[in-house]
Amino acid sequence: MKVSYYPGCSLHATGREYDESVKAVSKALDIELNEIDDWSCCGASSAHMTNFKLSVALPARNIIAAEKDELDVMVPCAACFNRFKSAQYHLKNNDALRADIEGMVGKEYKGTVAVRNPIDIIYNDIGVEKLSEIVAKKLEGLKPVSYYGCLLLRPPEVCEFDDYENPVTMDKIMTSLGAESRKWSCKTDCCGGSLTLGKTEIVRRLIDRLMTMAREAGANCIVTACPVCFANLDTRASEDVVLPSFYFTELIALALGLKGSDAWFKMHNVDPRPLLTSLGLI
Amino acid sequence: MGTFLEDVNERIGGVPIQSCYHCRKCTAGCPIAFAMDYNPNAIIKMIQMGKRDEVLNSSTIWLCASCETCVTRCPNNVDIARMMDVLREMAIEENVGAKEKNVLKFHEAFLSNIKVGGRINEPLMIMLYKMKSGDYFSDLGMGMSMFMKGKIKLLSPRTKDMKSVRNIFKSTGK
Repeated sequence: MKVSYYPGCSLHATGREYDESVKAVSKALDIELNEIDDWSCCGASSAHMTNFKLSVALPARNIIAAEKDELDVMVPCAACFNRFKSAQYHLKNNDALRADIEGMVGKEYKGTVAVRNPIDIIYNDIGVEKLSEIVAKKLEGLKPVSYYGCLLLRPPEVCEFDDYENPVTMDKIMTSLGAESRKWSCKTDCCGGSLTLGKTEIVRRLIDRLMTMAREAGANCIVTACPVCFANLDTRASEDVVLPSFYFTELIALALGLKGSDAWFKMHNVDPRPLLTSLGLI
Repeated sequence: MGTFLEDVNERIGGVPIQSCYHCRKCTAGCPIAFAMDYNPNAIIKMIQMGKRDEVLNSSTIWLCASCETCVTRCPNNVDIARMMDVLREMAIEENVGAKEKNVLKFHEAFLSNIKVGGRINEPLMIMLYKMKSGDYFSDLGMGMSMFMKGKIKLLSPRTKDMKSVRNIFKSTGK
């Protein structure tokens, strides 16, 4: 299948492992990625927290650019995903706003492309059966808790994705790879997001709680699909509770035997290689 | 300009916030409430009482992480997270400053970085934030380590059509 691809700013920087693993996994699953021409930042949290119209216009510019290809748009970053979906939601329900934004960008907004995150595309378009068929090395011994965070799921009428209190898509993907998905109650708890620089202590407290609850659930790692969550999990946990974190696509790549995963694991702040080595997975 | 309540409701453009009957589901599910000076549902009551200064000068509106848990759970569909966005916007417009200075400085650094290249250049943006906040030394070790691992590059591709990006900022600027 073919999709338009919007990496967003993080995936070209601190979320590099996510970008590279999404690309490797997409190639293996025959998903052709066409990066949106001359994309710009979606505005993330900072735009909507300070300027509503800006927060709709910035994603709209990119959605409009994607519309000419008439393909679904894959947006890995959960924040970008949420901003794109929010922009579409507001543009659909507010004609005056749409006219305003079209004037700013200088092009028509048609509202015809579907914005989707990679968990959705892999789960619904590829399927967990297909995934388990092509697993080269089962991730036995790996016990991840699936951490979805906030922005992939809430508000549900905007995100139109998985269940907002107990999502299961990422858990099922992990199970299909041979890992033991652990049940826990913090799947959608906030990591503190963009407060990580301005209010680091708040983020530390939230992350430590996640790590503690993950351990209580019998997990030996946390798997996520958001670069901000990953950065917080990877860099803000206290030493006594820390667990290694992964992007879900890194684990798919590992299970499928794709090349390149070692380079990504080296870039993590909390080295996951001791865990993986002890389980014979690398 | 109407009452504080009318202004806020108009900007939210959805369910009027006085629909809140203080079940406190928002406060109970808020991950940041422990650090706030006023609970989310208290802010609603304060708006109804016209306490403009206290609300716009609160920590609460800046600490809200927009996790949208409140919105999702509110039985009356009050858009509390959007209310927080609106209050932040009003605080900026009215030049009252931010009680949580570093949070606003982060947003300013972030947005001004987009104006430069259309995309965030993380090292540059973080440097800008550090200069604004005066917080030079936290995460220095981690930043160096990320740089050595090749995670953050000093140069990154920019959007070519900067004219359109700047036009967006100009048209939405206040």
